[in-house]
Amino acid sequence: MTFLQQLINGLHVGSIYALIALGYTMVYGIIKLINFAHGDIMMLGAFTAFMTLTTFQLPIGVVLLITIIFCAIAGMLIERIAYKPLRNAPRISALITAIGVSFALENLFLILFGASSKPFPYHINLPPLSIGPLQITWITIITLLLSVGIMLMLDFFIKKTKIGKAMRAVSEDEDAAQLMGINTSTTISITFAIGSALGGVGGVLYSIAYPQIQPYMGVMPGLKAFIAAVLGGIGIMPGAMLGGFLMGIIESLTKGYISTLWSDAIVFGILILVLLIKPTGILGKNIREKV
Amino acid sequence: MSLLEVKDLGIAFGGLRAVGNFHINIEPNDLIGLIGPNGAGKTTIFNLLTGVYLPTEGEIILTNENIVGKAPYQIVQKGIARTFQNIRLFKELSVIDNVKIAFHHKMNYPILSGIFRFPSYWKEEKQIDKKARQLLDLFQMEHLANTTAKNLPYGQQRKLEIARALATDPKLLLLDEPAAGMNPQETKELMETIHFIRHQFNIAILLIEHDMNLVMGICEKIVVVDYGMIIAAGTPDEIKTNPKVIGAYLGE
Amino acid sequence: MKQSIQYLINIFSIIILYILLFFLIQTGILSSYYSGILILIGINIILATSLNLATGFLGQLALGHAGFMAIGAYASAIFTMHFNVSSTIGFIVSLLLGGIISGIFGIIIGIPALRLKGDYLAIITLGFGEIIRIIITNLELTGGAKGLTGITRLTNFHITFWITVVVVTLLYTFVHSRHGRAVLAIRENEIAAEAVGVPTTYYKIFAFALAAFFAGVGGGLYAHHIRTLMPTTFRFIYSVEILVIVVLGGMGSFTGSILAAIVLTILPEALRDLADYRMLIYSIALILMMIFRPEGFLGTRELSLSKLFLNHKVKKEGGKTQ
Repeated sequence: MTFLQQLINGLHVGSIYALIALGYTMVYGIIKLINFAHGDIMMLGAFTAFMTLTTFQLPIGVVLLITIIFCAIAGMLIERIAYKPLRNAPRISALITAIGVSFALENLFLILFGASSKPFPYHINLPPLSIGPLQITWITIITLLLSVGIMLMLDFFIKKTKIGKAMRAVSEDEDAAQLMGINTSTTISITFAIGSALGGVGGVLYSIAYPQIQPYMGVMPGLKAFIAAVLGGIGIMPGAMLGGFLMGIIESLTKGYISTLWSDAIVFGILILVLLIKPTGILGKNIREKV
Repeated sequence: MSLLEVKDLGIAFGGLRAVGNFHINIEPNDLIGLIGPNGAGKTTIFNLLTGVYLPTEGEIILTNENIVGKAPYQIVQKGIARTFQNIRLFKELSVIDNVKIAFHHKMNYPILSGIFRFPSYWKEEKQIDKKARQLLDLFQMEHLANTTAKNLPYGQQRKLEIARALATDPKLLLLDEPAAGMNPQETKELMETIHFIRHQFNIAILLIEHDMNLVMGICEKIVVVDYGMIIAAGTPDEIKTNPKVIGAYLGE
Repeated sequence: MKQSIQYLINIFSIIILYILLFFLIQTGILSSYYSGILILIGINIILATSLNLATGFLGQLALGHAGFMAIGAYASAIFTMHFNVSSTIGFIVSLLLGGIISGIFGIIIGIPALRLKGDYLAIITLGFGEIIRIIITNLELTGGAKGLTGITRLTNFHITFWITVVVVTLLYTFVHSRHGRAVLAIRENEIAAEAVGVPTTYYKIFAFALAAFFAGVGGGLYAHHIRTLMPTTFRFIYSVEILVIVVLGGMGSFTGSILAAIVLTILPEALRDLADYRMLIYSIALILMMIFRPEGFLGTRELSLSKLFLNHKVKKEGGKTQ
């Protein structure tokens, strides 16, 4: 495979990481919590799409919409039930709670669907687009377009809308935002809803790319997306996107040119290097846009 | 010979010069006030003297040794102790443990002796317990030895922080706004405490303070800084009438 | 005088507990299944108390404990396999070796990692833990992804019991020495600790390496109990599970860790009949516990038998014991 081909593959998976990383970074930005359950939201999205596809045979657009709504509601519920009571508790307790939520989701789906992998029933039967020696599948194209489109919309939302501004204000200083009349509780809920919706979309796109789903499918991509968020600078939205794409490209290139076995080790090695050189991540400090 | 001799001390943060050309001579048992408007660079000077910041220029000579580049804990061991503007106690630990930690570098038993409880552990721990209690007793806090530090009233917390600094056996004590947040009665007691410390421990004290009654009342010499530079130095009477100082405070 | 009475009470209680368990196992009242659980409890106590040193007492959130455990497990197993060790002395040597190698890695990783704080430290230790696991997966020496098999069963109830007692005692005495006070000072306020003459970097790395050392010892015990080491066992989820024990017991409380290790080892076993539901119940219990008692069972307090017995106010130098 050529370098360009690897790069395109990297962009493909990277855009999915970026979508999931956005959810991590938004939640971290606003309540300083590493939301361990976010990877499982992605799994939740994949299973929601799976159910609507197999049981109701809905078109993919509707499936995506249902997944988004379902994941957004799930994210808000999780925040209200599990995280909100711990707002003033030690941060590590909130972290453990997030881990608890993660385990709970995984085991719930284990009970509901069993441990074995299920084929994800969605394919695009168009021949791949050939540009010279390059083969670009339609899935890659759609994934890239969709995720970039979502990111642009999100950027607009955060920068221009009232709720977006409230989100930025709360992430800067929750108390001050509250004094300025912002309903922090609602703002945090909305952040979770948006982050989880992005995670759900990521889950669907991931399942189309790697069409096997099972209850633990969110763990590794979740971890990698989280690392992507840290690489870019956690709490910084453009950082999450950059980190996600970088992560995908690095992974694809190491798998292609070095070794599949060592690919994860290299990814972690890069993470460690970046943290040691610039603990706040690539875009940390320079761009103070935190959400 | 001076206890502390600071020459041309300065630091810049990314182009912004926070402190420049700072110089001071402190003799053993001096009591000097460092004053200046908010943001003048007083605490930055403390941070430079204690090794928290590395100066971009200048020398800090403590009894014939240049201590620039030494780590904060090494500078403490050489004899400069400090308190903080916003009290930094070991909040969840007992009052006596706060003091005992400051005795750390005066103790010698090695890690293995601590883990396996060799005789040196028992001997030194007993000594240190006694010394810590004596020190607390000087501050009328011995009865609070087992209280958790965060439960002390504000004034007592300030006192404990001073006691803890003294436990490191300093030659020079830096007090960063010791009277901040105190009422007049507490401030008056604090002034007495500072006098007492200076004579009891025979040390030099450099203090940052905004309370002019306190500064003028106890310091023999005052250094005034503004925008990181010394604008005046002298006795309280000289400072009171110095037009530059009045200008800096009234914002001319 | 008071202190020696406390020590006596603690030593006495430990011996009584040992004799009791010994008797129960010897007479067959506790089957080998239950003595297996006792061994796992011991190993989990070692892992949790050692992680508590780094996280609860030093205040540094570390998520790579399973990595250190893996190093100790593989090192001691390879040692006993290579030299055909079958004696208790040889086994203890292998455990120490595993601990020392793990401790050395603790220093190597700690020096760069401990410059970071909080969540960043958690992430970087997680990264190191995963790298250790991936290296183990790809080395021939460690049996690669297929795992290391054919390890002799050298771990038994007796050795686990006493090693656990020794580890907890040493951790406890460390924390209650001048060095331990320095470690606590770092947790409370690193800047102030430095400002009263504590070399903070040194103590951070030391405490971190000591935690890694004991995790390695725990790993060695684990290897010679399970007898087959799989790299997948030491995923970061395992580090997380150890952290859960620490937080549930109370950060900064060894007795809390012991209590939580017992509960969290027995609970999944007790729920075994519920099959798939047990992990769900476990995780929901965890969430509820955190919501209603975020500081864990004991917070930073220690349970003390001597306090129970003597029933009068004694200082914090109380007891540990189970």
